[in-house]
Amino acid sequence: MQFMLLFSRQGKLRLQKWYVPLSDKEKKKITRELVQTVLARKPKMCSFLEWRDLKVVYKRYASLYFCCAIENQDNELITLEIIHRYVELLDKYFGSVCELDIIFNFEKAYFILDEFLLGGEAQDTSKKNVLKAIEQADLLQECCMTDTVSQSFSMV
Amino acid sequence: MSDVVEKTLSALPSLLSLDSQAGAGKLSPSSKLGNLIKGITELTSKHEEETLIKKELESIKEQVASPNTTMRQMKEIMVRAIYCEMLGYQASFSYIHAIKLAQQGSVLEKRVGYLAVSLFLNETDEFLLLLVNTVLKDLQSTNLIEVCMALTVVSQMFPKDMIPAILPVVEEKLTHPKEIIRRKAVLALYKFYLIAPNQVQHIHSKFRKALCDKDPGVMTASLHIYLQLIKENPESYKDLTGSMVTILRQVVGGKLPLDFNYHSVPAPWLQIQLLRILAYLGKEDQGTSEMMYDVLEESLRRAEMNHNITYAILFECVKTIYTVHPKSQLLEKAAECIGNFVLSPKINLKYLGLKALTYVVQQDANLALPHQMTIIECLDHSDVIIKRETLELLFRITNAQNVTVIVEKMLEFLRLTCDDYSTIDLVGKVAELTMNSVFSLGGDVMQPDIPNNFLRLLAEGVDNVEDRQLRLFAVDSYVSLLQGETAKLPQRFLQVISWVLGEYSYLREEESDPGSVMRLLARLLDQRHTSTETRSWVLGAMTKLCSSPVSVALARDVCERYLYSGSLNTVLRQKAQELMILSQDTKLRARVLPAEGRLESPEVDSSLSFLDGYVSDALAAGAAPYKSPHQRQEDLVQEKALSLEPYGLSLPVSLSSCSITDRRSPTLLSMSSGLSGNSTELSHQEGSTTLKLEGVKRVWGKDGYLAQQQSAGETPTPLVELPSPLLSPQSPPSQKPSSGLEPDQEKRQLASSLFVGLGSHNSVCLVRLPSTVWLFIKNCQSANQSNVVKSLFKPFYINSCQSKNHGSFVKVSGIFAARKSCQTDDSCCFPPQISCISGSPLKEVKGHSVSVCLHTVVMKRASVQVELAGLLSYQRPLGQPQAAQFSLSLSLKHFLRPLTVSTGDYGKMWLSFSHDLKQNLRLVTTEHQEPLTATLDALKGKLHLHVVDIIGSEGIVACRLLQGPGQGQPCLLHCRVHADSLAVWLRSPVPELPDSLLYHCQKALTET
Repeated sequence: MQFMLLFSRQGKLRLQKWYVPLSDKEKKKITRELVQTVLARKPKMCSFLEWRDLKVVYKRYASLYFCCAIENQDNELITLEIIHRYVELLDKYFGSVCELDIIFNFEKAYFILDEFLLGGEAQDTSKKNVLKAIEQADLLQECCMTDTVSQSFSMV
Repeated sequence: MSDVVEKTLSALPSLLSLDSQAGAGKLSPSSKLGNLIKGITELTSKHEEETLIKKELESIKEQVASPNTTMRQMKEIMVRAIYCEMLGYQASFSYIHAIKLAQQGSVLEKRVGYLAVSLFLNETDEFLLLLVNTVLKDLQSTNLIEVCMALTVVSQMFPKDMIPAILPVVEEKLTHPKEIIRRKAVLALYKFYLIAPNQVQHIHSKFRKALCDKDPGVMTASLHIYLQLIKENPESYKDLTGSMVTILRQVVGGKLPLDFNYHSVPAPWLQIQLLRILAYLGKEDQGTSEMMYDVLEESLRRAEMNHNITYAILFECVKTIYTVHPKSQLLEKAAECIGNFVLSPKINLKYLGLKALTYVVQQDANLALPHQMTIIECLDHSDVIIKRETLELLFRITNAQNVTVIVEKMLEFLRLTCDDYSTIDLVGKVAELTMNSVFSLGGDVMQPDIPNNFLRLLAEGVDNVEDRQLRLFAVDSYVSLLQGETAKLPQRFLQVISWVLGEYSYLREEESDPGSVMRLLARLLDQRHTSTETRSWVLGAMTKLCSSPVSVALARDVCERYLYSGSLNTVLRQKAQELMILSQDTKLRARVLPAEGRLESPEVDSSLSFLDGYVSDALAAGAAPYKSPHQRQEDLVQEKALSLEPYGLSLPVSLSSCSITDRRSPTLLSMSSGLSGNSTELSHQEGSTTLKLEGVKRVWGKDGYLAQQQSAGETPTPLVELPSPLLSPQSPPSQKPSSGLEPDQEKRQLASSLFVGLGSHNSVCLVRLPSTVWLFIKNCQSANQSNVVKSLFKPFYINSCQSKNHGSFVKVSGIFAARKSCQTDDSCCFPPQISCISGSPLKEVKGHSVSVCLHTVVMKRASVQVELAGLLSYQRPLGQPQAAQFSLSLSLKHFLRPLTVSTGDYGKMWLSFSHDLKQNLRLVTTEHQEPLTATLDALKGKLHLHVVDIIGSEGIVACRLLQGPGQGQPCLLHCRVHADSLAVWLRSPVPELPDSLLYHCQKALTET
């Protein structure tokens, strides 16, 4: 996979992950063009786009578009399922996820994505494993907070 | 510590769920990020957003610089910086702090630091060097999470040169007790392999260990590396085939833990990865392929659930089956599977079906046959992506017989598309098709409109970068073709090459020496197999290229040979002479070949008025007055009452004294080069472009004689089109459906033309052709326009309307070509404005034959435009009578002819006409002529008016309208230049004529 973009129906970028090195300028150009192209497509049209020399696979969930760019010989349908699996993971983590969750907790969305896709390849296809890894890290957060709280108490 | 964490994790599941919900708290409006986001959503304009973000960035900058900011605050600040970057605002000042956060923060803060780094920086960024030590430290940490984070960041981005520094530590992780660490380490190594393959060469044995890992996740991860390795060098990994097959069998058989199921399909990602690896291993290797037949069959069989994920596996499986050494049984099943895809109502599956077909037809074009109708439907699909994939598919099944239709379809698509990328891609394909298959297969017998279309496409494009690229592409590919063996290239193709090189070689001049193209062309001239016609094209191209000193020298050399070594062909001598003169005269060269003017199309004076002086001199010297070919023909007919040699091509003088700078598309060129009234050349014309008339001759019996006589006076171009339906069963390209048409019929027709040549002897075609009757309607207009109207009627095709000025009448002729014998008779119904004064009835048309009928029509009441509608009824020997309607629009100017009167007669007529009209028109301005002369010439050229006289700023013009037998009704125009406009006063005895004529005058002048 070359990159993944999440954007809203209004064309606002919600998340971007690039697996190929590109300059900021190129990234912005690609994002702008792709968002335009995808938003212009009608709902009954197919989820795949031939775009420049890439293949773009996109799917809309509620108000959010999930959009992946893959190479030509890659399997489009499985990419569609990668998107779906990512949405499932978000859903499970946030508990019936909505766009607002992703807006306000985008760093969490990134963590989940990193745990699921590494360097553009699906690293773990077991939902349980991904969530376990995330929760482990989250739990640590709680522990640390308790630590600091107790520390401040002891200081008092 | 990680163990502790894990214990807590398993012990407190309830707490966990609470935690994660707390962590996912819908909003944290009190936080600064929350405020920022809320603030932004409330804004209405981009400008306001800019102001707000600028303010935010200022405050972030202040805080990160402050020594009092704790790492915890820094973490929160970093999240805000990421947000600003996502909105498109640079926060580069924070990059260094992101690295600092990753270095110094606690585990959690580190996590955000790493995230920020991976979002902000690029593989090539120098900042990353600062991160190397941190990564190294974290990799060696005892904290599982820190190690995970470090591995995550290295597999996303790591400076290539620094890989050796951390490689040993990452390698070590391959034996880590935790599978998550092993898995990430494998993926990190995969990444290293991609960016620096040499550095990980020594650990290939460790990859094998990863492949055999007891954890399926680690094994899956190692397949990424193997896919890459095997793709690059399948030979070295043949021994792995057995293991891969075993793994796939286990996966398909459901031996993996249920965790890895996705929608109850076992590890689909893993399956697809394995199928891809097997494809590489089994490609062109029978032995290896035989090992995998069983498991491939099992994969096909197991994947039966109706879910996207199973289709994904099926698709990959089909691809593998068609890549490895073929096994007929499997191929059959795979083909069936593709069929299901193609027929699926789900658009995504349909797309993949087309894609799979595209892939497989390269091996067996017959596979497309069962899906003809679907493909035709997809060709008109509302989704461009589907359309394009269909074209791609057609591109793969192109052969000599269907290439016309496919190229037409592609051109059609090109006209609609506006996406640059796909345009370039597709045009490349069109070019390739035109170049390779058409020209080398169909070569000399092909209809001229394919190369012409292609060249028009090249020539007409707007002058932007894409078009330049396309032209350059054409030039480059042709140059490389010429550098190779040219003996086998068809003559027509060589002609196309010459034209393209002549026109567009300047595009590549910057990068190569200007003489190279010239030399190639010269070489072409030297070869024996090059025909005379081609030679004249080549000389034409050389003339255009003759600008640099090198080329001039070369040209002179060539010319000398032609002029002095005694070429007998006058045309070649003529062209060589022209080139010679050009090469000797620098000033002339500069004028004729302006460097900038290449893209402007020149004005062509079709009335040849610049020759008037010459003609009058010749007449004065006693030369016979010019007779039009038609007149000559009639003279001929009068002499020999029943000439049975109507095909002694008598030709009109075309406008082509082939001016050197004529940059029109070669539709004209190709004709004119053959028609320039030169007898030597004519014989060639007959040999190369001309028509196969054998089939036509036979059916033109006594009744068709009239038709013969008349059409003999026409340009041969319309005739060229006649035999096409007879010679090949394909339908004329790009018919447009019209009302009352059964769409199915049309699609079948199209299908038959698209898939012709596939399968053995066409008999495999599942769709049988209905017997078809063709109707060509020609109408007659002015000499140089060929207005092609295409419409489709069930089951008739009005193929083209070619036109020709015939002196006294407008003639409409229908030509009926039957593919099965049937009875026809036609009845043109003429609306009140037109009347038919003569017509020939239609007779029985035998199978595969042509019948011609002609009608002469005149305009009863003058009007701007008239519709000619007709009904053709016909009957097959054993069928019901059927009828088809057609229509044709004719404009007033088709019915206008010049009226030759003296100034005195003009004056008398003027006074006697009652209907008049006055109007100001715009003046045409040109460099060389008076505005009045220029304007009148323009009118004369476009509307066939006769300029009686021009005196000072006034001019008188006359014409007549064909209204019945005889001379027709006159209309007189009196024109006077008044300020910047032309005051026109029209008079005629016909009430509507001045008004209608004025309309056409206005139109003609606006177009000029």
